[in-house]
This record gives sequence, C-alpha cells and structure tokens, in this order.
Amino acid sequence: MSALEFRNLTVRYGTGRKAQVAVNDVSLSVPAGQTLGLVGESGSGKSSVAAAAVGLVKPASGSITVNGQNIVGSSAAARAARRKVQLVFQDPFSALDPRMPIGTSIAEATLATGRRWTSEQKAERVRELLGLVDLDPDRAKQLPGQFSGGQRQRITIARALAAEPTVLIADEITSALDVSVQGAILNLLRELQSELQLSVLFISHNLAVVRYVSHSISVMRNGVVVESGETEALLAAPTDPYTVELVQAVPILGERVEFGSRS
Amino acid sequence: MRTSKLTSPVGITAIAGIIVLAFLAIAGPLIWSTSADATAVAERLSGPSLAHPFGTDELGRDILSRVLVGARLSLVLTFGATAISVGGGVLLGLIPAISPRPIRRLITGFIDLLLAFPWLLLALFFSAIWGASAIGAMLAVGLAGAPSFARLSYTLASSVMGRDYVRAARIVGVGPFGILAKHVLPNTFAPLLVNAAVQASTTLLSFAALSFLGLGVQSPEYDWGRLLQEGIARIYVNPLAAIGPGIAIVLTGMILSLASELFTDTARTRPVSLPLRVAKRVLENVAPRVRGEKAASTAAVVEASDLRVAFPDQKGGMVERVHGIAFTIQPGEIVGIVGESGSGKSVTSMAIAGLIEHPGQVTAARLNFDEIDMSAPLSRADSDRLGVEMAMIFQDPLTSLNPALTIGRQLTEVTEEHLNLGRAESTRRAVTALESVGITDAARRLTQYPHQFSGGMRQRAMIGMGLMGNPRLLIADEPTTALDMTVQRQVVRVLHDAQELTGAAILFISHDIALVSGICDRVVVMKDGLIVEVVDARNLIRDAKHPYTRALIACVPDMLTDRTRPLPVIGQREAEPAATTEKSAV
Repeated sequence: MSALEFRNLTVRYGTGRKAQVAVNDVSLSVPAGQTLGLVGESGSGKSSVAAAAVGLVKPASGSITVNGQNIVGSSAAARAARRKVQLVFQDPFSALDPRMPIGTSIAEATLATGRRWTSEQKAERVRELLGLVDLDPDRAKQLPGQFSGGQRQRITIARALAAEPTVLIADEITSALDVSVQGAILNLLRELQSELQLSVLFISHNLAVVRYVSHSISVMRNGVVVESGETEALLAAPTDPYTVELVQAVPILGERVEFGSRS
Repeated sequence: MRTSKLTSPVGITAIAGIIVLAFLAIAGPLIWSTSADATAVAERLSGPSLAHPFGTDELGRDILSRVLVGARLSLVLTFGATAISVGGGVLLGLIPAISPRPIRRLITGFIDLLLAFPWLLLALFFSAIWGASAIGAMLAVGLAGAPSFARLSYTLASSVMGRDYVRAARIVGVGPFGILAKHVLPNTFAPLLVNAAVQASTTLLSFAALSFLGLGVQSPEYDWGRLLQEGIARIYVNPLAAIGPGIAIVLTGMILSLASELFTDTARTRPVSLPLRVAKRVLENVAPRVRGEKAASTAAVVEASDLRVAFPDQKGGMVERVHGIAFTIQPGEIVGIVGESGSGKSVTSMAIAGLIEHPGQVTAARLNFDEIDMSAPLSRADSDRLGVEMAMIFQDPLTSLNPALTIGRQLTEVTEEHLNLGRAESTRRAVTALESVGITDAARRLTQYPHQFSGGMRQRAMIGMGLMGNPRLLIADEPTTALDMTVQRQVVRVLHDAQELTGAAILFISHDIALVSGICDRVVVMKDGLIVEVVDARNLIRDAKHPYTRALIACVPDMLTDRTRPLPVIGQREAEPAATTEKSAV
C-alpha cells in the first residue's frame, strides 16, 4: 500500500505560449513506512513534485492521493487530507520566522492535526518534539538566530512532525549544511523514519545521499521519471543513459577522477 | 546591539528630544497659555527683548510663548496625520499581499494611480472637500501620505510572503490573516517604523506648508505653520517672529529623523563585493606582458609561513580567523584545501590573492606569490604582474561577471586595454580561450550576455577569462558547489585541461573531500583556522592520520557506504552559531 501516490502528474508554470512544463506525466508512489528517494538535477522538476503534493502549486492534471484520499484542490476534504503531507525545506535559515520563538513555530504546526490543543498541551508537545530531534527542550523560547544551521534543520523537522504527518517530504534538506552536520541530520531522519514508521519522499541532487537513506529510488530529468527501482538493484545496473552518467559523476573517495589524458 | 544604540550620541539626543517634545505637548499650554494669550496693546509688534525673546505679535502677545503652546497642536496634527498615513497605507498594502491575483492587480494598480498624484494636489483636493480646518488638513495630509506607505508595506509583505517559513505555515493550514498577524507584521514592523518616523518629519513640514498657505489651522487656533505665516509678513521688521517658529519646526524634524535612525537595524554599507574587486584589479593592473613568455622560475608559486588573518568583531576588537599556517604550492601543482564553514579555507585563499582589505589584517612571516611579497604593500609593477598571473574563480560566477557587458567584451577588455592588442587580435584570443574551456560556437557565444549562459557555462567563461592572461596560479573557491553533479564533472575537467594547457598551479577550495582527493595532488585539511594535516591525495585513505581528517572521510556517504549503519558523526555536537563560539583574538 502506498502512502503517497502521484498519478500522471503534470505541473505547468505560466499560461499560453510561455507556459513551461516542469513535471510531465509523472507517476510515483511512496510506499507506507518506506523512503522513496527522488534524485535529479536543477530543472528536473523534482521540487515541483513536492510543491504540488503540499498544495503550493496546483497541478495542471493528474491526481495525488494520501492513503487513497485525494489531496488536490481546495475542497475542505482535500485540504484536510493534504495536511497529512509535510515538507522540510532546503534552507534552514529562511524556513524559520526570525522573529518567532522556535517553540511557537513548532506549536503553530499542531494546527494541521485538526484537533484543539490547549497551550499546556502545545508546550508539552513542543518539549517532546525537541527531545525527539535531540535538542534541549528548554530552548523553546529562543529565536532561530541562536541556533546553528544543523540545529535549525532539526527544528524544522520537529515542526513538520508536529503536524503528525503520514508522509514527510524532505526537499534537499542537507544541501545547505556542512558535511559533518549533514551526516547527523541524515542519521536523525533515518532513525525517525524507522521509529515512527514514517513514509518519506527524500528529494536530493546528491545520489550518494539519496542512496544512503532510500529504500527505492526514482531518477528525474526534464520533468520526466527516467528510471525507478529498488536502491541497490537500480544503482548496480542502471539502464537509462542519464542514470549511468549520474552514477559516474559522483566522486568516490580514494578514486581519481578520470580525465583521459592524465591519470 | 539595541542598548548600545540607545546610549550612542544619536540615541541620547533623540531620546532627550522626544522627552522635550512630549513635555511641550502635554504641559506647554498649561504653563504658557496665559502669557501666550495675554494681549498687551502697548507692546504690540515689538522686536526681541528680554521679556519677549522672539518679540510680540499685533496684539502684543509673546511669540515665544505662542511657539511653546503651539507645539501641542503641531505635534498632535503631525502624529494624527502620520497615523492615518501609516494605518491606511499598511491596510491598503497588506490586503493585496494575501489576495488572489485579480484583486491584487486591481489594488496595486489603484495604489500606483494614487502614487502618481503629487501629495500637495491631493491635500488641496481634500481641503476643498472638508474645508480649510485643522482636522481637514490632518485628514488631507494623512491620506495623501497613505499611497507611498501602501506601496512600501506591499513590497515588504510580498518579500516575506515568499519566504519558506510562510510556506511552512500555509502547509500546516494557517489562514491568510493568521499569516499576516503572526509572520508578516512582525517581520515588516522595523522598516515600517523607520519610515513612519521619517514620514512624521515630512508631515510636520507639510502642515507648516499648508498652514502657511492658509489651508491648515485657522485663527484663533494656531500651530507653528500658522505662526510662521503671521511672522513672515514682518520678517524685515522682526525676523525672529518668523524664524522662531521656523526653529521649532526644524528642530522637531531633526529629532524625528534621529529617532528613525534608532529604529534602523545596523545596516552598514558593505564594501565592494569581492568578485568586483578582483575584476577591478585585473582590469586596472594588467601589464603589457605577452603570453607564451612563460615564467622560467622554478621556485614555489606560493610560499606562506605563519600566515595569520584577523577581522574586526562587533565589539571593536580583532578576531583571528587563520592562526599562523604554513604551506607552499609548487608550479603546476594542484593543491586542494578542504574544510567546513568557518575553517578559514576561503580566507586563506583570499589572503594569498591579496584580497583581504582593511579592516581585515594579514600578517605573515612570509607570504610570497611568484617572488612577489604579498604581505607588504605592492609596487605598481608587482600588482601589474598579479593581474595577469593570478586568476580567481568563485562559487557564483553571476556575481563576478558584469551582467551589463557581453562575455566577449569582458574577456577582450583585458587584452585590449592593457596588452594593447587590437580588437581583432583580442577577439581571436577570446575565441581560443572559450574553445579551450570547451565552449562550442565560441564566436557567437562571445556576443552573448552572462544571463544567456547556464551556470556551468558561466563557470567555464570565468576559467576562460583566467586564460586570457598568463596564469601561474588559478584559485578556484568552491567553483562547482552551485552546479549539478554532471556539470561539476565537466567544469572540473575544464579546470584540469586549463592546468595542462598553461602549466599553472591550481588552488582548489572545497568542502567535498571526495572531489578534492579525486583531482588534486595534495590535500590540505583545515579546521578552525589551522591546518590539521597535509596528505598526498592519491593515498588519502591510507595516509590520513589525523582523527578529524578520518572523520571527514567517514562522515560523507558515498556510493559504497554501508546503508545498514548510522553515519559516523564528527566528535563534538553541532557548533553553536559563529557569533557565540568565535574564539577571541590570540
């Protein structure tokens, strides 16, 4: 059973002759309790897929469902179902309101659960979530400026979890971070995924990172999915020429980059 | 930051001024109204004297007292009108920010329409409707100021609406008004406050002007503008009758401007951006040195020992960011510097290039580039050589290429202006340079502008620009970080080819240890402003001894990482933000 399913999704920006097709007839499914890695380079349409899932752009055609429930459109049912999909952004610096204490930011997301929360319940939940992402719960009253990039990314993950999502979409969540911090965030994401049995759509341009966290991988290019498959199987024997090129482009530690003329 | 601002001279003056103004507005009429209203026909129209420092009016009333009493009405009108401008403007500006597109277009169009009217015309128009009265003038000036505030708040709100945190709030289902109240208003408050204070001082002047024209406050009430109008008729007899209220207006205006200064965040004008400085230096200093005359020297291209770089911190002290490092780069060698943010790798490369400018400080026992002493002020000839022998490639080529000039112009400028080559010869050389960095159809590409190039192409063009001179060293600071993986590979290849073509050494700075070890001869690992280790790139995995290097190698997942185990994490917990952990100067 798939938690999040895109069927024949097309996303267009602009209208008339200037319209650009960002996502062209894409079908993807994130299995329940698993991580689907979506890899592609700039302009491949991978972020547009994420934006369509959370309702930031309106698909031109196609369907998106969560646990079989439609989440496209502005009907009350679709809007409520859509809140079961939460997004973690790339840039932890612009993803948090600089003038809002982080606890308030996290508490704000409880709105998406559709239940009423008293302020004590919210405060308790914020402490619990901060603990879950390995941050000091006593720092809920501090502003984002007092946290480092990696810590901020933990906060945005906590905020997404406060919405009690069925599906978590991580859009390039480590590309703005230092490599040592990246490792810690990837570990955290993997832990949370298996502990909470989350379904995750993990979007990145970095094939090695996608490989590390994903159960299966889809490769996108120019708005189209060129290849999909179980992680190890796909990377061991890629068939699409673009996937082959992508696999080769990843620098491997201890291996010289081959230039032909000079070793 | 705020408290230090309040205790600065500007802050103290502004606060003292506001207290005086507030005192006048509250207590002025209570204290001085008797003397201001006491008519003394005998003393009418007298000049300045001890009893009447500003003289008296035609009914013998003391003008100084009237100025002090008039403060209340002037200030009330000013703040009333400013409140109307700000309130109306913010309302008019915020509605379109959360409206659907058609309504947004309609309202912003309306704002544009209002902006096109001069405020005085609007004020006259409103005066005609409400008649010439103080309240009418307040409404007129207030409403006339609203459109510019509407525009400002719309622009500010739009930029906040585009931020990820607003998107995040929308995703969890916060409604448009919730977003306005919780995110947009708090984040636009400071600039709006600054502009409100500026607006208040213009409003004050507007009132003076309106009253002066007889459209504002009507007798027997009086504000400063009214007093000014009464005084101006006698300016040759008793100048102070007009200058007195004038002084009050000017001083109040200054206090309001100073107050607005208090609200501004400390936004200092930043120095010229680094890429521009490089470009400038290249253009200014390229020496008439012909290519092909390869420098014969076999000495190291770069020699540095005990290199220290310090920058001023916010409290006025110096913070050392590079703590006495030493290394060399041999001719034709490719050296990589690896480190995380704050390790000092970029600062080191800038010091080598001589790009650390005051107030930054570079000290070194020895810092030579190609026998030029970079730690001392450069002679004209030396900086000329630097211009042709060293090239720098940055992470974002869009900021280092001039968007208003064609690629060709930017490449040929060097040779035309400074090598005294003709246009044809320069262009031929530029075509060769672009071809050698793998840009096909080079002649046509030269006529294009930077925005018509993709990110990878711009980076190639930058490398090509480095090849126009006679490079001995190419410094590439994270040149592929903003690029796609497949493009990264192409750009790295171009750099490598450029090295083979010219025999120049390359200093390659990156956070990606796998990439660096794949293309460099030696890898310099930096952490917290110190060199941790220098390792032969070919045997990095075998030779790396320092725990930090080993951790750096282990923490990055590659295509062979064991997926069943957590990634090793570098020793200490994630650092606090730089401001709190920066070590003080050594």
